[in-house]
Amino acid sequence: MLTYTARRLLSLIPVLFGMTLVVFAIIHAIPGDPAQVILGQRATKEAIETLTRELGLDRPWYIQYFDYIKSLFTGDLGTSLRTRGPINQEIWPYLAATLELTGAAMFIAVLIGVNAGIISAWYSNSWFDYTAMILALIGVSMPIFWLGLMEQWAFSIQLGWLPTTGREDVRDPITAITNLYLVDTLIQGRPDQFITALKHLILPSVALATIPMAIIARMTRSTMLEVMKADYIRTARAKGLGMFWVVYKHSLKNAIIPVLTVIGLQTGLLLGGAILTETIFGWPGIGRYLYDAIGYRDYPVIQSGILIIAAIFVFINLIVDLLYALVDPRIKYNQ
Amino acid sequence: MDSQSILQINDLKVSFYSGERYIPAVDGITFELKDGEILGIVGESGSGKSVTSLAAMGLIPSPPGKVEEGCILFEGKDLTTLREKEWRKVRGNQISMIFQEPMTSLNPLFTIGNQLAEAIALHTKQSKAEGVKRCTELLRLVGIPRAEGILQEYPHQLSGGMRQRVMIAMAMACNPRVLIADEPTTALDVTIQAQILSLMKDLNRKTHTSIILITHDLGIVAEICDRVIVMYAGQIVEQGDVRTILKTPKHPYTEGLLRSVPDLRGKRERLYSIPGNVPAPGSIPKGCRFAPRCDSAFGKCHEAAPPIYKTGSDGHGVRCFLHKVGEESGEHVGLPS
Repeated sequence: MLTYTARRLLSLIPVLFGMTLVVFAIIHAIPGDPAQVILGQRATKEAIETLTRELGLDRPWYIQYFDYIKSLFTGDLGTSLRTRGPINQEIWPYLAATLELTGAAMFIAVLIGVNAGIISAWYSNSWFDYTAMILALIGVSMPIFWLGLMEQWAFSIQLGWLPTTGREDVRDPITAITNLYLVDTLIQGRPDQFITALKHLILPSVALATIPMAIIARMTRSTMLEVMKADYIRTARAKGLGMFWVVYKHSLKNAIIPVLTVIGLQTGLLLGGAILTETIFGWPGIGRYLYDAIGYRDYPVIQSGILIIAAIFVFINLIVDLLYALVDPRIKYNQ
Repeated sequence: MDSQSILQINDLKVSFYSGERYIPAVDGITFELKDGEILGIVGESGSGKSVTSLAAMGLIPSPPGKVEEGCILFEGKDLTTLREKEWRKVRGNQISMIFQEPMTSLNPLFTIGNQLAEAIALHTKQSKAEGVKRCTELLRLVGIPRAEGILQEYPHQLSGGMRQRVMIAMAMACNPRVLIADEPTTALDVTIQAQILSLMKDLNRKTHTSIILITHDLGIVAEICDRVIVMYAGQIVEQGDVRTILKTPKHPYTEGLLRSVPDLRGKRERLYSIPGNVPAPGSIPKGCRFAPRCDSAFGKCHEAAPPIYKTGSDGHGVRCFLHKVGEESGEHVGLPS
């Protein structure tokens, strides 16, 4: 397992380098003079020259790239053109908000999706199966902004159970430590604020969870149906095992590998693609941070945001690969 | 019921739903398994051997299958009336089973130790340490060297023969009264086949476990069975003592099966094969089910279904009109040889 992990980690190096190249190229892909484009039509000559120097655009591109990599290694993501602050400090609260939202959404999606898939396979062609799979089909096809609005209308406006937008109660702001509010409130021993933060989290994470949940449920169902026909399942039953253990131990472990792939990919997608949900629910996440940065042509921020999301995506897939090996002992031997 | 009989199957009928109606795969079979014996069940694919054994384990996939009629008496108790929960106490504990494909019959994602211990923990209240001890004991019993090491290994690290030994160990975990082996050696090399068979014979002698051995290979039957049942198209066509049946087969089907076994010592000639195929369930011919493929069939065979005629005092029976009047006057006409 250790050598397998080491090998997988080594294979990441070229991927990460490729990523930095692409991100680095973004600013060079701007047609014309980037500084001019960034500052707009009415910028003074001095301002353009200052920005050109600040962006390092007056030097050859390979030196620029080298400097870029060097600063990445020291954890320096550059300076935001809009706020003039260091990006590596500014970006974290947004990233944390997105991580919290994605984490909650995937928790819901996996918990409900996997179990719905299992029960559907177990009682295949029953009313539960049909209902669950029709719901899953609806879930996949539902536009997320519409679902978000409907949630707000039903649970916030009509029923008044949950807040419509934001992460916290503005009258009682949460003191940020890690910026993961569920964690922060617990550290500070504020159960009341924890509840508030949780309430704010529910609607956006349910909206965000819908599509992955539906995909996971369908995937789990089909792989479970396949596995439950296997000879070793018959063996397990011949031992006298009850259906619960046959399903949750012997079948699920075999069926989960393709599902893990889907979970990994969906998590990566949510991290970068939650802009709609974040916008509807006023969630200050990385999607909205990037969206705003694009509006202001804040190129260093755009570069950093893309780099971070891509890196997380790559690492999630690494984790999925390691989980494969953990689940299936044959994988690490075969390579 | 015979005091010696441990498993008795009476008039068992198992059907599978296909499209619009139930089609019987096993149609009224009756036999008994005596304490400590090895009983062979022989027949071509599709003759209902495996369905019979799955029924005795309560593992008929339902739907589409169901036991329609008859009873399965184990130690005098009818198993067909058991609920799933009660079945679980029988399966793997009193009656256990090994299957044809050792390569796929073990779960690839759990260690041998885990899968063995699971079988033990299910039916006994042993501590973990005792369980591990019992696991190594079992592996030794089935002739696996370095048992402790194997416990930590995964199925893909073992050969087919070793896996089948593990399967047998698993089946023997709780000292079952009956072991059902569904073509246990079909997927194995000939040398490994011999080892597995002698292992089963050994276990039978040592532990006094009764064995039902399902096979299509009469050679295997000759080697280890005490009695044999020949099945054809969901029915028993002949049953009796192995020696009698192998020496003087009475049913043309049994005779055909025997003639299709290659003989290494005899003169070389084209190997006999019974013409035609086992009729598919649902398209069973009227009259004797074997009649369309039988060289000795006569008029009556196509009209009425023959019952089983007793042809001897040793329980030898045959489902064939040729033996209608019994042993003394019913001269055996058989196949022209």
